[in-house]
Amino acid sequence: MAKIKTLADLKKMREDLQSKVDLREKADSPESYVQIKVGMATSGIASGAKDVMDFMIEALEKRNVEAVVTQTGDMGYCFAEPTIEVKKPGEDPIVFGYVNIQKADEIIEKYIKLGELVEGIIPVNYQVIDDK
Amino acid sequence: MNNISMHILDIVQNSIRGEARNIGILIKENIEKNILIIGIKDNGIGMDSGLLEFVTDPFTTTRNTRKVGMGLPLLKHSAEQSNGYVKVVSEIGIGTQVHATFQYDHIDRPPLGDISGTIILLVAANPTIDFKYIHHINNKKYELDTQEIKLALGDIKISDPKIRRFLKEMITENLHEMCVV
Repeated sequence: MAKIKTLADLKKMREDLQSKVDLREKADSPESYVQIKVGMATSGIASGAKDVMDFMIEALEKRNVEAVVTQTGDMGYCFAEPTIEVKKPGEDPIVFGYVNIQKADEIIEKYIKLGELVEGIIPVNYQVIDDK
Repeated sequence: MNNISMHILDIVQNSIRGEARNIGILIKENIEKNILIIGIKDNGIGMDSGLLEFVTDPFTTTRNTRKVGMGLPLLKHSAEQSNGYVKVVSEIGIGTQVHATFQYDHIDRPPLGDISGTIILLVAANPTIDFKYIHHINNKKYELDTQEIKLALGDIKISDPKIRRFLKEMITENLHEMCVV
């Protein structure tokens, strides 16, 4: 049986990652990457926000998109869960509703990579999550 | 909510919104005594007795985006349908503890679900909060303390995808090891 991973392995991994991190630290203002917030309140969780978030993290890494995926509380759109907010560098944030994995894939390929708008945008008479 | 991990993810959101800096997540699977216990403890702002009294009422919420709050009521429902209960203890300025029990082999007890994924999601998305996750299966115990992990990582972010994957595998392997008799 393979040995179970421990914190000591983590330290080893840290050395491998260190060199790459130096590059990234330089561009470490959050403004320089795509920021994605996944709504993670009861309604979001119940409708599958966790799977969407797991997918986005994996997919963005595989497709080499510099992005930070975090979670947030309720955005007030329980009817449209799971919802995500995407903020591209220098642009206003956009909230997408009814985001399943297929939709998340479309958002990455069309909106994040090419800048094309996709269906499912929740109109912007909303306030930014942080000022609620 | 399909499983207990989702309940945990949900209840911890309350702690995060309650400005907690330390959050403890306890899971006790005692198969011999036929009981499953979930505990979530934070050092957030806490609640007064007036709010505490109504906290499992679905029409109680501290948000202003809507008038219902389903997190604790749903947990209570899951626990009670599995012959268990939910208890919430809180004190202003000290923190809140949520305690839920389930009859382990009850037909209506939700499965545990993706617990390692849930823990990693919380840990990586809230780098400023320290989490302590303790999981007992019968007399075996696994403990994960994010303070130790952050110390081991130094200036590498805990949310780095490679670190996330590593930690998720680490938890899964340790839990699996506990199940092997």
